[in-house]
Amino acid sequence: MWDLVLGDRRINSLRLVAPMWNGTRGIHRLGGAVVPEGNQKKERTILQFLTNHFYDVEALRGYLLQREMCKVHLKNRFRDKEWIRPDKYGHFSPEFWNFREVPVEAVDASDCEINYEGLDNLLLLKELQSLSLQRCPHVDDWCLSRLYPLADSLQELSLAGCPRVSERGLACLHHLQNLRRLDISDLPAVSNPGLTQILVEEMLPNCQVVGVDWAEGLKLGPEEQPQDTASPVPA
Amino acid sequence: MIRRVLPHGLGRGLLTRRPGTRRGGFSLDWDGKVSEIKKKIKSILPGTSCDLLPDTSHLPPEHSDVVIVGGGVLGLSVAYWLKQLENRRGGMRVLVVERDHTYSQASTGLSVGGICQQFSLPENIQLSLFSASFLRNINEYLAVTNAPPLDLQFNPSGYLLLASEKDAAAMESNVKVQKQEGAKVCLMSPDQLRNKFPWINTEGVALASYGMENEGWFDPWCLLQGLRQKVASMGVFFCQGEVTRFVTSSQSMLTTDDEIVILKRIHEVHVKMDHSLEYQPVECSIVINAAGAWSAQIAALAGIGKGPPGTLQGTKLPVEPRKRYVYVWHCPQGPGLETPLVADTSGAYFRREGLGSNYLGGRSPTEEEEPDPANLEVDHDFFQEKVWPHLALRVPAFETLKVQTAWAGYYDYNTFDQNGVVGPHPLVVNMYFATGFSGHGLQQAPGVGRAVAEMILEGSFQTIDLSRFLFNRFYLGEKTQENNIM
Repeated sequence: MWDLVLGDRRINSLRLVAPMWNGTRGIHRLGGAVVPEGNQKKERTILQFLTNHFYDVEALRGYLLQREMCKVHLKNRFRDKEWIRPDKYGHFSPEFWNFREVPVEAVDASDCEINYEGLDNLLLLKELQSLSLQRCPHVDDWCLSRLYPLADSLQELSLAGCPRVSERGLACLHHLQNLRRLDISDLPAVSNPGLTQILVEEMLPNCQVVGVDWAEGLKLGPEEQPQDTASPVPA
Repeated sequence: MIRRVLPHGLGRGLLTRRPGTRRGGFSLDWDGKVSEIKKKIKSILPGTSCDLLPDTSHLPPEHSDVVIVGGGVLGLSVAYWLKQLENRRGGMRVLVVERDHTYSQASTGLSVGGICQQFSLPENIQLSLFSASFLRNINEYLAVTNAPPLDLQFNPSGYLLLASEKDAAAMESNVKVQKQEGAKVCLMSPDQLRNKFPWINTEGVALASYGMENEGWFDPWCLLQGLRQKVASMGVFFCQGEVTRFVTSSQSMLTTDDEIVILKRIHEVHVKMDHSLEYQPVECSIVINAAGAWSAQIAALAGIGKGPPGTLQGTKLPVEPRKRYVYVWHCPQGPGLETPLVADTSGAYFRREGLGSNYLGGRSPTEEEEPDPANLEVDHDFFQEKVWPHLALRVPAFETLKVQTAWAGYYDYNTFDQNGVVGPHPLVVNMYFATGFSGHGLQQAPGVGRAVAEMILEGSFQTIDLSRFLFNRFYLGEKTQENNIM
């Protein structure tokens, strides 16, 4: 059960279930519009023959087709309306309450003042796949240690620009084994960004860690020293 | 103006009276006397420091409501909570007496700095949970105007305790208690362990408990400095000196069973300054013994334990210093960033330190191997023979490691049941204890400080009930044993 109560914290937008076109073998079978493949050829032609000759069979097929179409439309009802955003006053529309049973897949809490206690609300979302906490001023290492309940579903996490997150908090992200994309760019509190990125990549082998160019912070080698134009060129 | 006029007046006045002419043979050092008198008058006038009275700025005040013996994390925590919970601002004068202002031997600074909730006693779990929330909100608790916010460098990586076959049942019941109290701990089988931490060798491990939240390690110096700063801003007095004597008075009273009990009260604390015989008697109404490894000496000064053995008067404070070593080593192929503080079945423990493949750890020696606590010298052979083999067995990558440095510190070890002593003494009615935590004092300091302050101000424990940690248990023989000590 997921609700919107977050006190006076603002969440920018939530994305509901992604559009689906699949699971429609039923339609093709019922509609009879597809060119029949190999072994189903005989089956299809018998069905087609029956449909052409009996009104009952035709009506039945039409009814089953309608049912499948309803299912697909239900799954696609959020197409182009996936992200629920607040209006210019920061309020969400009351139609939101109709979507209580719909699992929330992505939360974009960028620039939001969410804190340690506020994460209570996000951790209830058992099917959350993508979480963006970019530039959140109160998200720190303690908050990162709370994210482990989302380990089963979370695939994308972004912590870019959070001023209080350091490499010590990043260490507790190893619980999130399903993470596929992690953004740790621009973290001012991390002491050694290049080394941290390498260690995080080792910690999460299946995850693509975006953030820092690992060569950042390395000094130029002796061969690559910029040429000093004032010194005499050896003959 | 007056200054310029005065020497004139004096000079002229005295020059008219020729020195030595009035009484023959009277050799006074008039010039010296004159300059002394000038200096004294100048010092009375505003603008310069008064040198008339001897300088006592290094001495503690003559009267203080509460004297806290020991300025480590526990002493400062009690001072903080006393000031935080007092009913009137400035209503209580608190003095903290610390023998060594460099804290060179104090357990706080030498500590590994870990915090975990994996204890067997509910009280310990509660104390740790409160301390975790204190540390999390440390900048709200210890905020000082115009001071930068504190950075505790907290690593929320958790503790991983490993149990062999024979300890597995105890660990399971402990985890149940911990979960009931609200700690986020989970049990792991050897297979799950291998999955999660591939660098572990699970031979001999039957069960493991892993803390997921509110556990880890932090910088104890930062906490100490933060507390010191905050407590100074709240008006607590500090003094560097050693407590050498208590002046007490006794009173005989009858119990309901018509037995005679002698109750003592401490009236004065004599604080002796460093490198001198000078001491200051501080009149006080409450004394708090937070002297850590040296608490037993302070208790003995108050007469605790002086009596026939087996009686309440004869029950000593069973806290003694025990030396523990911590070694730092470098291992380039060692466990990665996710490593928790791992405590092995053999008692050896280690954790990561920083980003550069450095680790630190140690092991508590058995009773027979206990090193001599007279000094803080490190025994490197102890690492070679007693610590490294266990580490290498548990983490094969540690077979090739290189020790960088090591240090030693004291545990204020409670030989009775390895748990803290909190609360008043039954006979010396105004001495309160906050000591004896045997290695987990740092992580329980905020909670214990609050409990002692509540005991003093309200008369009983209000938030966390630490009645099982009172002094009485040593006389009654009731052990509140803590099983998970490292």
